[in-house]
Amino acid sequence: MSQSFNRGTVEDFGRWREFSAGMWAWIFHKFTGWVLVGYLFTHIAVLSTATQGAELYNGTLQGLEALLIVRFLEVGLLAVAVFHILNGLRLLFVDLGVGLESQDKSFYASLVLTGAIVVASIPTFLGGKLV
Amino acid sequence: MSTQIEQETETEESADESVTEPPVESPGDRRRQQKRERASRLDEQRRVEEEVSEDEETVSLKIFRYDPEVEGKEEPRFDDFTVPFHKGMTVLDALIYARDHYDSSLTFRHSCRQAVCGSDALFINGRQRLACKTQIGDLDSGTVRIEPLPHQAVVKDLVVDMEHFYDQMEAVEPYFDADDLPDDELEEQYQSRENREKVKMSTRCIWCGACTSSCNIAAGDNEYLGPAAINKAYRFAMDEREGEQRKQDRLRIVEQEHGVWRCQTQFSCTEVCPKDIPLTEHIQELKREAIKNNLKFW
Repeated sequence: MSQSFNRGTVEDFGRWREFSAGMWAWIFHKFTGWVLVGYLFTHIAVLSTATQGAELYNGTLQGLEALLIVRFLEVGLLAVAVFHILNGLRLLFVDLGVGLESQDKSFYASLVLTGAIVVASIPTFLGGKLV
Repeated sequence: MSTQIEQETETEESADESVTEPPVESPGDRRRQQKRERASRLDEQRRVEEEVSEDEETVSLKIFRYDPEVEGKEEPRFDDFTVPFHKGMTVLDALIYARDHYDSSLTFRHSCRQAVCGSDALFINGRQRLACKTQIGDLDSGTVRIEPLPHQAVVKDLVVDMEHFYDQMEAVEPYFDADDLPDDELEEQYQSRENREKVKMSTRCIWCGACTSSCNIAAGDNEYLGPAAINKAYRFAMDEREGEQRKQDRLRIVEQEHGVWRCQTQFSCTEVCPKDIPLTEHIQELKREAIKNNLKFW
């Protein structure tokens, strides 16, 4: 209905505890999508320092990598990207009409796989010495 | 006078019975008599047991109440009812009990009580369900929380305004309309078994509105046809008896901006459908159908 009646606790996202797999998949996909769009701007900003010469570019990257918070953000970025890719594959199958009965299982699988890949990546991202 | 005569005849009759009965009684009659007594004893026993168990087991309901026309009830609130529980009790049974025994102003729709009419879709324990199809024993929590369907305006208590839902259903022209009819009007129009299997699940829709109420997109976009209406469109668009021209018309309706393309495959409709219709699957198939229809290679 056009005028939504305010019934206190009845509406939408306040009910996240009752969401099922498909709904969570949708929310995570949206969220990761927006994070990736945001990252794109940072990415372009950092890479475009290369137009001002190699020295500035190297300096910028080294400076960023020296920050612990950036190392953690990189792990987060990987998690976001991997989930978006895997759930994107899941959505591809949903669009093709393949295996719609097991859409919840494929969501859990993509979550587990994301977790595994992120854990495996931690030594690479956090292992290097902070300069 | 008249009463007296009647009395007389009655006594006569009973006298007759007492006279005639004993000689007729055979061993068979005696056995039947004993059987009857046993049966009535068992019945009595069962009745007592039921009453005892009813005394022991109760279920508490938390029911959404709202009545804009009565002063002091305009503010939505929750009322608690405790009703006796019996095995096989549905949420609708509990609602009926609460209305009949405690508060006759408790308002809700129900009709067939067997998941056919689709009038009692409610928001029960955080999920759209048919009250008549939901066993209280199957619900996890002790208290049953009953609310009207979300995303529809509440008229009173558990009754929501279904007008918009019906408008959407009618927007897809939900009736069989073949391109060409057989010459003889009474001739049957056969459908192949395969085609029947294809549309079988989609024909099960009972217009209860649970899916559309569960859909997050339909909640935010009133022009979106909603899962139920698209499922109806699927049912007829996929029916081979209708012919190519009608199918094109039907696809034109669903492939609009607020048609199938609003669906973002959250699967909530498929999950709540009391008739287990694979709604998302049908919507996705219509999407593919619409694309195939518009792809041109030259």
